[in-house]
Amino acid sequence: MVTPDNKLGDEAIAVKGWWKAWQWLVLRRVTQLGILAAFLAGPWLGIWIVKGNLASSLTLGVLPLSDPYLIVQSMFAGHLPELTAISGAIIVLVFYTLIGGRSYCAWVCPVNIITDTAECLRRKLGIKSAASISRNARYWLLAASLLLASITGTMAWELVNPATLIARSLVFGVGFSLFMIAFIFVLDTLVSRRAWCGHLCPMGAFYSLLGYYSIVRVSAYNRSQCDDCMECFAVCPEPQVIKPALKGEAKGNGPVIVSANCTNCGRCIDICSKDVFKFDSRFNNKVSATETHQREVLP
Amino acid sequence: MTATGNINRRQFLVKLARNAGGIALLGMGLGIYSRQSLSLPAQAIRPPGVANEKDFLSACVRCGLCVRGCPYDTLRLADFAADVPVGTPWFEARKVPCEMCEDIPCVKACPTGALNPDLTNIDDARMGIAVITDQESCIAFQGLRCEVCYNICPLENKAITLDRQHNARTGKHAMFIPVVHSDACTGCGKCEHACILEEAAIKVMPLKLAKGELGHHYRLGWKEKQKAGGSLVTPDKEHKYNLPKGMQYDYEGKGLIDERKKNVPFSSNPLDTLNQRKQP
Repeated sequence: MVTPDNKLGDEAIAVKGWWKAWQWLVLRRVTQLGILAAFLAGPWLGIWIVKGNLASSLTLGVLPLSDPYLIVQSMFAGHLPELTAISGAIIVLVFYTLIGGRSYCAWVCPVNIITDTAECLRRKLGIKSAASISRNARYWLLAASLLLASITGTMAWELVNPATLIARSLVFGVGFSLFMIAFIFVLDTLVSRRAWCGHLCPMGAFYSLLGYYSIVRVSAYNRSQCDDCMECFAVCPEPQVIKPALKGEAKGNGPVIVSANCTNCGRCIDICSKDVFKFDSRFNNKVSATETHQREVLP
Repeated sequence: MTATGNINRRQFLVKLARNAGGIALLGMGLGIYSRQSLSLPAQAIRPPGVANEKDFLSACVRCGLCVRGCPYDTLRLADFAADVPVGTPWFEARKVPCEMCEDIPCVKACPTGALNPDLTNIDDARMGIAVITDQESCIAFQGLRCEVCYNICPLENKAITLDRQHNARTGKHAMFIPVVHSDACTGCGKCEHACILEEAAIKVMPLKLAKGELGHHYRLGWKEKQKAGGSLVTPDKEHKYNLPKGMQYDYEGKGLIDERKKNVPFSSNPLDTLNQRKQP
């Protein structure tokens, strides 16, 4: 039976308890805010943990990290960055290649907090408006941003990129960036569901590409227990990624959500009262693996 | 949609055109905006190690590590929808000038090379150039003693010198006129910051805006001559003057040389002769 919007998550809390029904969301918020706090501890308290911002940073004076999307843009604009930025970008690249490219979106990017809030408000107010934007628009935008960099010879997208703009403004002072925050919030609340992160953001698209073969994935390992409540589809920021794994046994699909657009946010794991989902390795993807897991989990 | 869940050709083309159109429009808008953003306002000065704005905007990832590296809170990141491209570091000399740290921490902090790491001597920085933009209000030009810009300049007596000129108004005083030299001025802006006027009469401007450039075909004769070690056109002729025997005239040097005087037992100073006679 399909759960109505106003009852989303009630069953999970009743069956699994509050913590199990919210844990990944809470952990994500702790991570997102923790990273922000690490950046802000310097300017606010004088405790310098990380300097810079998400575009490029220096942790504890030794570990350089750089956003590979920005470094790629810079290269398209005709600049070969110094070794510090290149090595920082490679570290980030390897990290997200392993743990899921769009884990960045769900676990680090501060815009996620804004768009999740917008989505929550949307559901509470029952806003159904939907502009027809393709889920692939972000890949076009990604290509456009790189093309624009090479045509203009500057990192043109960075003049408006909401992801870097908002992340930077939170660390270096908000000012007029509030308008960008408001823009994203209004877009996601009123114009279309998950409009920015799920359809348009080229940075997310870039991280999707990084995570094409990433090892950490969500697996519907217990898919035979699914009772079609549809709650995972309702909360998922990229609902199209679930179906092939959850309902694909007959088609010979394994239980792992292999789509690179999955953000590894873990909301499906939380919301499912039947414990269908868990974080797993992408290699644990045998079609018949379901039974093996069941034997392990429920002897 | 057809029963199989595929879309037909018309729908496919419409969808493709809509996406492509939307993104092309956005790209065009952004392209125009990015062109506009290349024109940095004159009062916005980039940190040391930036050669030109376009190269800088291809390299700066706007991380703010230079801002964190700056010990004097000189640098800041541009706000959204400001004149300076969002997130890039800049400073305004009249508010907080560059203190020209010897170890250049902002350049060292830059991970991408947007601030050129080849800059190791801060005196070689060219953030801009100080220009006395208003002689009418600069009090040195009124014949008053000020010299604050001259004294505050970190490149003492090199980037700004004082040119002593006659004060025609009083007829008997000197004016000490500050003169900026582009071969030494780094554009740090300490002079603009220190200028005692309500609105500074000396301002740091972008080099491109302030500096003139001589036509490349110009050759200054006296410099070419010096380079070549002699006249390039016709050999220098010795000047000849119709002078009495034993006298010479050095046109570019001592002037009149009287060889005969060497043999005269009298000094050219008459007092010498008088004093000589007094002696017993």
